[in-house]
Amino acid sequence: MTDFPKTADIVIIGGGGVGTATAYYLAKSGRKNVVLLEKNTVCSGSTGRCGAGIRAQWGLELNCRMALACLDTFEHLDEELGLPTGLNQGGYLLVAYKEKEWAQFQKNVELQHSLGIMSEAFTDVKRAQEICPGVAVDDAIGFTFYQRDGHADPFLTTFAFQEAAKRYGAKFCKFTEVIGLKAKDGGMTVETNRGSIDCKEVINCAGSWAQDVAAMAGVKLPNWAERHQILITEPVDPGVCPPMLMSFSGNYYIQQRPHGSIIAGESPSSDIRLGYTSNVNSIASIARTVLKLLPRAKNIRVVRQWAGHYDMTPDSAPILGETDVKHFWHATGFSGHGFMLAPVAGQIMTALLNGDKPPFDPTIMDYRRFERGERIVEPNVV
Amino acid sequence: MPKANVICRCEEIEIDEIREWIARGYDTFDELKRELRVGMGPCQGRGCRDIILREIAKATGQPVAEIAPGTMRPPVKPIKISLLAEDFREGEHR
Ligand SMILES: Cc1cc2nc3c(=O)[nH]c(=O)nc-3n(C[C@H](O)[C@H](O)[C@H](O)COP(=O)(O)OP(=O)(O)OC[C@H]3O[C@@H](n4cnc5c(N)ncnc54)[C@H](O)[C@@H]3O)c2cc1C
Ligand code: FES
Repeated sequence: MTDFPKTADIVIIGGGGVGTATAYYLAKSGRKNVVLLEKNTVCSGSTGRCGAGIRAQWGLELNCRMALACLDTFEHLDEELGLPTGLNQGGYLLVAYKEKEWAQFQKNVELQHSLGIMSEAFTDVKRAQEICPGVAVDDAIGFTFYQRDGHADPFLTTFAFQEAAKRYGAKFCKFTEVIGLKAKDGGMTVETNRGSIDCKEVINCAGSWAQDVAAMAGVKLPNWAERHQILITEPVDPGVCPPMLMSFSGNYYIQQRPHGSIIAGESPSSDIRLGYTSNVNSIASIARTVLKLLPRAKNIRVVRQWAGHYDMTPDSAPILGETDVKHFWHATGFSGHGFMLAPVAGQIMTALLNGDKPPFDPTIMDYRRFERGERIVEPNVV
Repeated sequence: MPKANVICRCEEIEIDEIREWIARGYDTFDELKRELRVGMGPCQGRGCRDIILREIAKATGQPVAEIAPGTMRPPVKPIKISLLAEDFREGEHR
């Protein structure tokens, strides 16, 4: 294991997509002595359990712009980081089953077009079947599709960020759990199971544990962890589900990895904070949905199921920026879309910590919005 | 190029790839699994886990018995989608 540092310039708590991307952009910007602490191993949290979908089809201008910037970044990331991220741009095919939803989709597409996201809205099931052969969606009333959307491999992406950050001098300490945070003059002291570190700045990238980490410094976050389950099949020939097939009202997302496996998930019926245990009824429910949508997948075998946490906030939008405790920052609460936003989150945090102008104004993502009774309202979210 | 020393047959991963990533600091089964997919194949690591744990032991100087074997996830045997779907119980929580 790496030597344990006694001091650091910047300590990042959490080795998921957000933490590793932040470490990368900070180290690349020239910040020396960036140290990332991970209580388990890198990518063991939500990032390693996620669907890893990336889409620019949002309904709020800020989200469209941030996601588009992420797509731009992802399209060059292999080259930039020197390792593959497994990006696969099979598009997102969004399916509407309700009139209200369809009306909203059409509004979203108008907005998307004004921002250069050339998505497509249509009602013809045949067009849907061109994109996703054999998909059974006769009960749907409309669709939107954007070819540049897709997914990447969450493990490869996170490790690629980690390796590239290391090349710029960032240090990663696994099996290092933060257990206390103390404000001090000009910085903070981070206490861990392996000793304490004096540093100038701390960034909380602890995903669905961010509220616990924040509490160590006396900062109250309204975040919570919500269990989501997902299944994966054995690898089969390509073409079973080329796009990310997704529906908010239908409550599903299905995709085929370049490797051949099919991944499918849904939102839970109830019970939050249930940890990582899987339940048979959930997996049976997902299987039933896959069977209905893709009847020809009936003989494909499921090899694993698992659970992960959505890192929720009350308005399903992230929390970015400094807190009331000086030198204590947050990049968290991505509420089920933190994989795709990780690059931009890292870029924003790097600009903020360097005193530069961030690529997106994060003011509205301040955590104090909840106390003020403000919300970021995104219509295109589960 | 045909692969010579394949350790994980399901995912066609060679011993050299495993050693390369261990040397980069990915010295737990879970990390190797995430990067190389070893243990994620249809056999769920039955074919490769032991050899990989031994490699980790060699590199880190820990006894094999003390190395975490990674998480085993249900279903243990692959099940057809159509069969699984029959298990769904309406009204029960998911
Ligand atoms: C089933 C499922 C499907 C999803 N699908 C998508 C999708 O399609 N697209 C998308 O963009 N997002 C998706 N998400 C959401 C996405 O996974 C998360 O938003 C994102 O991974 C959050 O990244 P993170 O780095 O903030 O958190 P994590 O990846 O959870 O990283 C936080 C890390 O902090 C560590 N940590 C916690 N406490 C401490 C401590 N005290 N000390 C040290 N370390 C600590 C944890 O061990 C963890 O590794 C999905 C999530 C799930 C569960
Ligand atoms: S041999 Fe490695 S997963 Fe089957």
